[in-house]
Amino acid sequence: MTSLDLLGKILQFATGLLVFAAVVAVIMVVLDRTGRGEKRNTLQLVLFLGPALALLAIGLIYPAIRTSFMAFTDRAGEFNGMDNFVWMFTQEEALITLWNTVLWVIFVPTVSTAIGLIYAVFIDKSRGEKFYKMLVFMPMAISFVGAGIIWRFMYAYRSENYEQYGLINQLIVTFGGEPQQILQNTPWNTFALIVVMIWIQTGFAMTVLSASIKGVPAEQHEAAMLDGASPWQRFVNVTIPGIRSSLVVVITTITIATLKIFDIVRTMTAGNFETSVVANEMYTQAFRSGEPGRGAALALILFVMVTPIVVYNVRVLIKQKEIR
Amino acid sequence: MAGVGALALTGCVGDMDPQAGEDVDCAAYEQYGTFEGEEVSIYATILDVEADRLNESWADFEACTGIDIAYEGSSEFETQINVRAQGGNAPDLAFFPQPGLLASMVEQGHLLPAPEEVEANVDEYWSEDWKGYGTVDGEFYAAPLMANIKGYVWYQPSFFTDNGYEVPATLDEMDDLTAQIASDGFMPWCVGFGSGEATGWPGTDWVEDYVLRLHGPEVYDQWINHEIPFDDPQIVEALGRVGDLIKNDEYVNGGWGDVSTITGTDFGDAGMPVLDGECAMHHQASFYAGFWPEETEIAEDGDVYAFITPGVDEGANAVTGGGELVGAFNESEAITAVQTFLSSSEWANLRVSLGGVISANNGVDPANAESSGQLLVDAIGTLQDPETTFRFDGSDLMPGAVGAGTFWKAMVDWISGEDSEKVLGEVESSWN
Amino acid sequence: MSHTTETRGRVSRRQRLELKSGRVKSTLTTRLASAAALVIAVLWTIPTFGLFVSSFREPDLIETTGWWTIFEHPGFTLGNYQEVLLSGSSSAPQLGEYFINSLFIAIPATLFPLVLASMAAYAFAWIKFKGSSTLFVLVFALQIVPLQLALIPLLQLTVTFLHPLMGGISDVLPFVPDQQYLPVWIAHTIFALPLAIFLLHNFIAEIPSDVIEAARVDGAGHGQIFLKIVLPLAMPAIASVAIFQFLWVWNDLLVALVFSSGTAETAPLTQRLAELAGSRGQNWARLTAGAFVSLIVPLIVFFSLQRYFVRGLLAGSAKG
Repeated sequence: MTSLDLLGKILQFATGLLVFAAVVAVIMVVLDRTGRGEKRNTLQLVLFLGPALALLAIGLIYPAIRTSFMAFTDRAGEFNGMDNFVWMFTQEEALITLWNTVLWVIFVPTVSTAIGLIYAVFIDKSRGEKFYKMLVFMPMAISFVGAGIIWRFMYAYRSENYEQYGLINQLIVTFGGEPQQILQNTPWNTFALIVVMIWIQTGFAMTVLSASIKGVPAEQHEAAMLDGASPWQRFVNVTIPGIRSSLVVVITTITIATLKIFDIVRTMTAGNFETSVVANEMYTQAFRSGEPGRGAALALILFVMVTPIVVYNVRVLIKQKEIR
Repeated sequence: MAGVGALALTGCVGDMDPQAGEDVDCAAYEQYGTFEGEEVSIYATILDVEADRLNESWADFEACTGIDIAYEGSSEFETQINVRAQGGNAPDLAFFPQPGLLASMVEQGHLLPAPEEVEANVDEYWSEDWKGYGTVDGEFYAAPLMANIKGYVWYQPSFFTDNGYEVPATLDEMDDLTAQIASDGFMPWCVGFGSGEATGWPGTDWVEDYVLRLHGPEVYDQWINHEIPFDDPQIVEALGRVGDLIKNDEYVNGGWGDVSTITGTDFGDAGMPVLDGECAMHHQASFYAGFWPEETEIAEDGDVYAFITPGVDEGANAVTGGGELVGAFNESEAITAVQTFLSSSEWANLRVSLGGVISANNGVDPANAESSGQLLVDAIGTLQDPETTFRFDGSDLMPGAVGAGTFWKAMVDWISGEDSEKVLGEVESSWN
Repeated sequence: MSHTTETRGRVSRRQRLELKSGRVKSTLTTRLASAAALVIAVLWTIPTFGLFVSSFREPDLIETTGWWTIFEHPGFTLGNYQEVLLSGSSSAPQLGEYFINSLFIAIPATLFPLVLASMAAYAFAWIKFKGSSTLFVLVFALQIVPLQLALIPLLQLTVTFLHPLMGGISDVLPFVPDQQYLPVWIAHTIFALPLAIFLLHNFIAEIPSDVIEAARVDGAGHGQIFLKIVLPLAMPAIASVAIFQFLWVWNDLLVALVFSSGTAETAPLTQRLAELAGSRGQNWARLTAGAFVSLIVPLIVFFSLQRYFVRGLLAGSAKG
């Protein structure tokens, strides 16, 4: 790299930030200089929402619509009715894949949110809170390539005549058991993969919930203490109601991330040994097998699976608006 | 703030200018013409040290012609080339490791037929078979680049001599040797099918080797072109023969455990116990030479060596293998010049002499591979021998959904205990 | 609530806590709590610690012996780090250049979506308009669109509209390459918006309405309310989302593969690290060191944004 290259990079970086800042500044100035009345409201709305919606329309809404159409086409792009869906549900492993996806969605959000919450409460205002947080946050910060190797050292299997280099099998052997092929023995292998996702997502739950816990007004805790409530009662009656909406957000976010997860499955088992999930099949069909139609059909299934979560969130949203 | 940090970082990066070719004799490159500052982008799977050698192999060409070759390697090539081609952001040239992928790119209308100069080179230096891999529907698109031979069996010479074992000359002898080693109390084979998301492919190599050797090239071609069912009895027989060797707990998995460890063992690690005598043999392509620890001597009297999986009769001469094909997405005189150069015997000799690879280019002097050891010299000899029946790796020729999908999966199911007929039947039903 | 009363409240609370700590039950809970927290922390750290130890071991030992036996099989080496940091291969200069790319990609790709998302979240929360809920649900549902399916259409648009622009810039300023960061920034911004809007809306909607109303009565417009009231109050949420977005961009490989040039001009660290394993993954041991090299920056970011979390969302004011 020459200094000139570096100059070009710095220039791009600085210009990018400056141009963006200028655009936002212009928006803010225009906002407060508009006239009164109905027109003003519309303009304000456009200025606040417009940029985000325009980008979303280009980058996500258009592809989503395209995908929906693609789900009903074959490899050559010809319309083939419901063939892709028929294929999907007549595969030998289709039901296993769906069932695994359900398992992931049940376990990952609940367990990682629960552990994240408990941890956030326990270390709240303790000495070394920052350090404690960093330890659980670290898995989120580690790149996926790194995570794949990390768990290789956890789950690796060697038969009993050899020295183990996977920690879990070493523990099993130490306590007199036989080493297990953790990633190949169904149904436990799916749980071994789920553990990896929980390990990653707990940091997210902890960070958001910790910020939320600190937002619960201190007076409410004090009032409860004066009433002689035990720590557990305070947790249930003060903390939980205070962070309810954050809990919904965290569970929702992790659920959607879980539905979309495919790289854990892809790198650790490649979907073999009955561990595949819908998103992994989607990736395989669309990108390895050259079957974009089938991939799109699987993506539609993901859309359908996320519907209950959307509906629940809508109801929460409507309730919130009624309160206001 | 970040800018300051960046400036500090250049301190450790240093002002590196691309090396200009100094004192190059440009006479050899005059035929390609001169271009001032034209850039040709190449996208491929080749990384790290091997990528450096590629860059080195065309450094003089760049200096003399003025063409700047921007090479990019990626382990995600197979998926990304689809994304880029469909997104309209394709490279000028790509090195395709699978003829099947090349064919699907042609079908989608992304690739351009090869220029005349390239075709002339290929006619001169490569066999009809090799030209065929780059041909789709009678139109010639892509010249071969490098090659590798599959179906080597790696072993430790001293282990063989100490125990009085001979390199087998026929498949039956290989079966006998396996039984002999096992009865002497050793483990004959170590096998690993693990390869991340591509887990199962080492199994397909076994099957292809046996189909070609047991039933000959005609049946092999019918099988990969789906003119006979995937689960034709001949294929079931071939898979059965493989199973006799590696689905037997007496024979595998040296250094790792029993048959059930095969899928969980990474193909790269799988052969290492050969060095400790924990297993006697490991079946893997010529590129496995690059996997042994750095100080390993690969020679007939060294730490490890390899023989090619024998045929039914002694002296049989059929091998499977692979290689890259150079396809063009764009047209320009500079791109044509690069393509022509890459398909020439000059380039093949240059690259082979840098070490570690072989080429099926008939203009290559096998002696150029001496730095890489006798194994590669012999490999080039095998490729150039008109008596050799060469067949490209079958799974690379099949449609992606089979060759990089159900076939891999079938091998995983098969080694996990399913029977041959059932798994091959599943592949057949997936091939529509 | 004024600052002084808040402190007084805190002091008195601590006193009350001390009063209560005489009760056995409460002490027990804190002990149990500390123990439980410690167990979780250890469980969550062990896997990474294993990688950390492994990154200092010889490649051939990594695969044959457990990392916990590092003292039985001594073999401490900096070789993996050397390979990662100083692999002097001509095709890939040292990591410095990729490191800069990662920074110059991640900072704008964190800022842009955050600003746009907080504006949109504010509009959904505090500007009344017809179809507000419907539109919000649509944006929220966009989270489920798998990234892979959006790549190709977006790349087509990029090639059509952005590439000529970048070429033009490069012609005017010769030292700016025609491969620039712009497409990567835009792609990351788009993909981040649905989640960022959803997360921030939750916090911004919880700001007590009387705070907002009071400002309105004083004649403040949406612009002022947004800048002077909403942004400062939502800082903890914005900081949290910023961290996650930064991490996501920093560790992303897929978007970079598609939208960056793939060369040292714009490719981030992840792309370079992915190549270290070699064409057939034969050098994967290097990745143990690579993972830690790329972990440094996210940890710095986490620590530097931590102080925003500690300030409660609305310390002391009553909820609306």
